[in-house]
Amino acid sequence: MLAGIRTRDLRKVYTSPPPLASGAGFGILSARGKGNKQRKSEIVALDGLSLEISPGEIFGLLGPNGAGKSTTVGILTTRVRPTNGQAWIGEHDVWAEQVAVKQLIGVVAQRPNLDFALTAREILLFHGAYFGIDSRKRGQRADALLDRFKLHDRADQMVRGFSGGMMQRLAIARAMMHDPQVLFLDEPSAGLDPQTRLLLWEIIREYNQSGKTILLTTHNMEEADALCQRLAIIDHGRNIALGSPSELKASVPGGFLLRLRFGQYSPELLQSLQTLTGVREVRTNDPSSDNGVDVYADRGGSLVSEIANLASGASVELFDVHISEPSLENLFLHHTGRSLRE
Amino acid sequence: MNWKTFLALLARDGRVARRNFVPLLLQTFLQPMMFVFIFGRVMVSSGYMPAAYKSLLLPGIMAISMVFTGVWAVAMPLISEFQFTHEIEDRLLAPINISWLAMEKVLFGTVQSLIAGLAVIPAAWVLLRPGVELNMRSPLSFASVTLLVALFSACGGLALGCSISQTHIGLMFSMVLTPMIFFGCAYYPWSALGNFPILQRVVLVNPLVYASEGLRGTLVPQFPHLSMVAVFVALIFFDTLLLGVGLRQFHRKAVS
Repeated sequence: MLAGIRTRDLRKVYTSPPPLASGAGFGILSARGKGNKQRKSEIVALDGLSLEISPGEIFGLLGPNGAGKSTTVGILTTRVRPTNGQAWIGEHDVWAEQVAVKQLIGVVAQRPNLDFALTAREILLFHGAYFGIDSRKRGQRADALLDRFKLHDRADQMVRGFSGGMMQRLAIARAMMHDPQVLFLDEPSAGLDPQTRLLLWEIIREYNQSGKTILLTTHNMEEADALCQRLAIIDHGRNIALGSPSELKASVPGGFLLRLRFGQYSPELLQSLQTLTGVREVRTNDPSSDNGVDVYADRGGSLVSEIANLASGASVELFDVHISEPSLENLFLHHTGRSLRE
Repeated sequence: MNWKTFLALLARDGRVARRNFVPLLLQTFLQPMMFVFIFGRVMVSSGYMPAAYKSLLLPGIMAISMVFTGVWAVAMPLISEFQFTHEIEDRLLAPINISWLAMEKVLFGTVQSLIAGLAVIPAAWVLLRPGVELNMRSPLSFASVTLLVALFSACGGLALGCSISQTHIGLMFSMVLTPMIFFGCAYYPWSALGNFPILQRVVLVNPLVYASEGLRGTLVPQFPHLSMVAVFVALIFFDTLLLGVGLRQFHRKAVS
């Protein structure tokens, strides 16, 4: 019984601060001290998002904070009611058949949400019990997961004293406890040390090999690149690019990105930049912030001296050059004009 | 309705309550027992209060204990689990309609409230004896009133717990629970407010009045009390109202 994920024209408008499920991306609204008037303002978190994720796929949602990643996960996991549009897990409409959908999914939220009143083992056992797993099988499965996530020696302690990384591991183990067909991981490796991150990636791949669908959100390119078979890059609640990591990277003109900052540039200078060998596209940034120019090209460092020559020929001072190699970061920048980390 | 899930949710709350048994016990009984001791024992034996006050006080203390326990048992975990620790998310994702999670909280709170109420009777009786005259004429009507009071306290806990933000917990006690207790006819019968006719009518919006008067009417009917019909009608009304409001608020908290 393999299950994929589908959404059609998902739209979500928050009229009050998004609570629980939708993550921390809404700085304007979650800021304290805003009056009622402010709260009534509408925030469009998703603006017609359509996705089709095949059964057995590891799919990544990549985007900056506030792009709508967590809201998408919230809608797909019954925790956020879509304003418009529909979502399905397998054949089940998420909003109309919540209980059937909840049987199929496991969820790791962005923020730790472990049951602080219980020990690590009890958290897994009760989770199994909620899903109707019989007591012997619950025990076996809990032990196996505690071992796999290297939590066995702390199994009978209350989780209150756990480190952030341990809580995150336990949260992932809990989501896998009932062997769900679809696993949602919202920023799974945030706050994990590099070693644990590798362990997590290994576990995710392993889980996927048993035919399970995995949807993960991240703003970490390395993670998206390493894990995901396909990615959707979303920004302002819209899907702006979709494909495998290598396809997406290849879609950036040239691949290399040179971010330049001049004292003052002229249209002539931009035109002459365009004529340099290997330059695919020249874009100017918002002139009010700085005199930045982005050059997409199929070579990197070897262009710098030519650019410097052009600049000095035009009596323009070149303040700064930053070269980045083909990456998802460049792709995001190419589509949105903003860095993922901004 | 998924019974296995529902029972597992109950078992989880049971485990947590067992783990917190001693603090729970102190929290439930310490204050009412001190009150019983000072007003029922010290004040009566020193002659400041008539001996009959012992019997009048007992149903009121029972009502306060029940309401306080039920509200606390349901509201406090909900406030922190929804807003601070997000602990409830795992249970919201359990394969059951989320209204049943709210109902499970209500059931658990009702049971805790019942235990608190029924335990107050022997405890207060031991502290106050001799001189407590309980005249339970109809066990059925006593059981019904007790059950409705327990249910009202748990539903009130659900409504409060899903409506109040963590920063307003203090306000919940000073603005809701304390006035409710003092104007709830727990320490005096409703008829004692006869000299304050406006107040006497205003307090009728306080559900604790019907809890105290109802328990008084079934445990110590020799004292003046509201008509039992009025008590039943009001308690059923408040149970339904608070459950409805509580469920609605629960959904608003659980789904954004």
